[in-house]
Amino acid sequence: MNRTAARWTRVALGVAALAVVAGCGSTSSGGASWSTATSASANGGMSALVSAAKAEGQLNVIALPLNWANYGTIIKDFEAKYGIKVNQANPQGSSQDEVNAVKSEAGTSNAPDVLDIGMAVAWANTDLFAPYKVAEWSSIPTDQKDAGGLWYQDYGGYMSIGYDSSKYSVTSVSDLLTPAFRSAVALDGDPTEANAALNGVMLASLANGGSISNIAPGVSFFKQLNADGNFVPVTATAATIDNGTTPVVFDWDYLNSASVVNLPSWKVFVPSNAVLGGYYAQAITKTAPHPAAARLWEEYLYSATGQNLWLQGGARPVEMSAMQASGTLNQAYAAALPAVSGSPVTLDESQAAAAASYLASNWSAAVGS
Amino acid sequence: MRRPLGGRLRLSSTWLGAAPFLVYTGAFLLLPTVLVAVGAFSGAHGPTLSNLTQLDQPYIVSAFVNSLVLSAVSASVGAVVGAVLAYAVVTGSPDGVMRRLVTALCGVLSQFGGVTLAFAFIATIGTEGFIVIWLRQHGIDFYPNGVWLFSLTGLTLIYTYFQIPLMVIVFMPALDGIRPQWREATETLGGATWHYWRHVAGPLLLPAFLGAWLLLFANAFSAYATAAALLDIGGVIVPLQISRALSSEVGLDQSSLAAALALGMVVVVAVITVGYSWLQRRSARWLPR
Repeated sequence: MNRTAARWTRVALGVAALAVVAGCGSTSSGGASWSTATSASANGGMSALVSAAKAEGQLNVIALPLNWANYGTIIKDFEAKYGIKVNQANPQGSSQDEVNAVKSEAGTSNAPDVLDIGMAVAWANTDLFAPYKVAEWSSIPTDQKDAGGLWYQDYGGYMSIGYDSSKYSVTSVSDLLTPAFRSAVALDGDPTEANAALNGVMLASLANGGSISNIAPGVSFFKQLNADGNFVPVTATAATIDNGTTPVVFDWDYLNSASVVNLPSWKVFVPSNAVLGGYYAQAITKTAPHPAAARLWEEYLYSATGQNLWLQGGARPVEMSAMQASGTLNQAYAAALPAVSGSPVTLDESQAAAAASYLASNWSAAVGS
Repeated sequence: MRRPLGGRLRLSSTWLGAAPFLVYTGAFLLLPTVLVAVGAFSGAHGPTLSNLTQLDQPYIVSAFVNSLVLSAVSASVGAVVGAVLAYAVVTGSPDGVMRRLVTALCGVLSQFGGVTLAFAFIATIGTEGFIVIWLRQHGIDFYPNGVWLFSLTGLTLIYTYFQIPLMVIVFMPALDGIRPQWREATETLGGATWHYWRHVAGPLLLPAFLGAWLLLFANAFSAYATAAALLDIGGVIVPLQISRALSSEVGLDQSSLAAALALGMVVVVAVITVGYSWLQRRSARWLPR
């Protein structure tokens, strides 16, 4: 930036600051910008954050399906509590779509403020995130957050097989290869594209002699499934589950659980020989057009209220053990989680990359018609 | 050689008249093509050929083959059936209700693609579609040899549903150009129906027919939403491969590969367009200019 431009920027900033001060005359916020605030306490405290967020009045979220981990209720509750309108973009989008939107819409008022993304995308795009530590930071286990506050895992669960118990019975992954399951078994997306689907193939791998660092048996399993005519190459959604197009679905247990609402005979099964866990993460974007509302959203999600709402949706909130210890965990919601026995495994960064690259060159050949 | 001043002035005003067209094609045809081409040759560390060399991977080659077969078959079925239908309509009364009805219907149906069309098929002949269930109640299995709806076969069938109406619309004007007097002339000269089609109407209509086929081919080749709604797993055709290269959330961010795939599609369409113009020149050589 040259000197003239810098001077004009200073003038503009001064005018903007005056306008802000005049606008919120009654609040006593220090006037510091929320777009660089790394915690609420370092920038005037929670009440300052709330009033700044209310002044912004809006929050842009992206790729949050309303039936995913209870987001429908969460968004409604947040709107009612703070009077902030939540603008929802591309609810069926992938984590990469979220990141693409951050890049392509940077600088506009439509740019996403906050992201809920898979770990592979989070690890690859930390340069887009603004560091922030919520008040409950210490309740998040150390290995589930970036030390600098760029991302922090939010909720997770176990890979499961959901099925319509009025038509099928599933007690092991190999059941699915029997003729009873003709044109019945589906994934939540293409595993070279969607994180949940990649973990679905990994589940099949673990159940068929593979390991967390070897997804090949899972691909062979789906190849066989496809050759037998049991695989449905349609992305499972609430609609395809309701209308019966995808009566057996590999997905996270909290997503599979959500289908019970419309289909009472829907059951969720987590195979004991393949317990595969996975967490998503939150991040605030550097270019957030509503920086205070973005930070307030995170504070809300990591409060006991937000964490229990995820739990109500069948997802395991990241502060679960801390909340269990402090007694703030909703016991009724916790008791409703699907039963899981066996020792869970989770993909780390290099294992996830290895699985993705194997799928990139082998998946289409396995199931392409 | 010196040109008179007037000539230069006339040239610039000619350019001015064409400016809106040039700006339009530049912004919506040329610029995207250039961006795709540039993207296809750029990597993380400057210009590279690695994106294009990735195109020879078996799964990408098979996606291209699938796309070509799907487009050629659905375009051919659409062109033949659509041409027959258009002929039936054109031979009727030019202001009749039938013609207006069919034209209006085709106008709507030719744009009836995407999620709505895919869902219409899932709801009727999907695994839990009402026709399938109704037949099952009467002891008949709609899919005795496995479900083919969620495959290239199903996709081809669905594509013909917008290909046929499109053919009717684009081919009707050509049929309108055929005058009844030509048929009468053929008969006066002792020609039978076969002679009329072989030597008069056929050659006259061939260039228009080929042009319409090309349009249908490109229409199917670039279609994305219908396929995405029907079988979005496995990347069976090229547009689905592009989508997955662009929006993969499992750490396979391959926007350069997507550009290379798109460039491949541009090349395919370019080759077919050149072939078409050669064919059309040949088939129309005898026509007066």
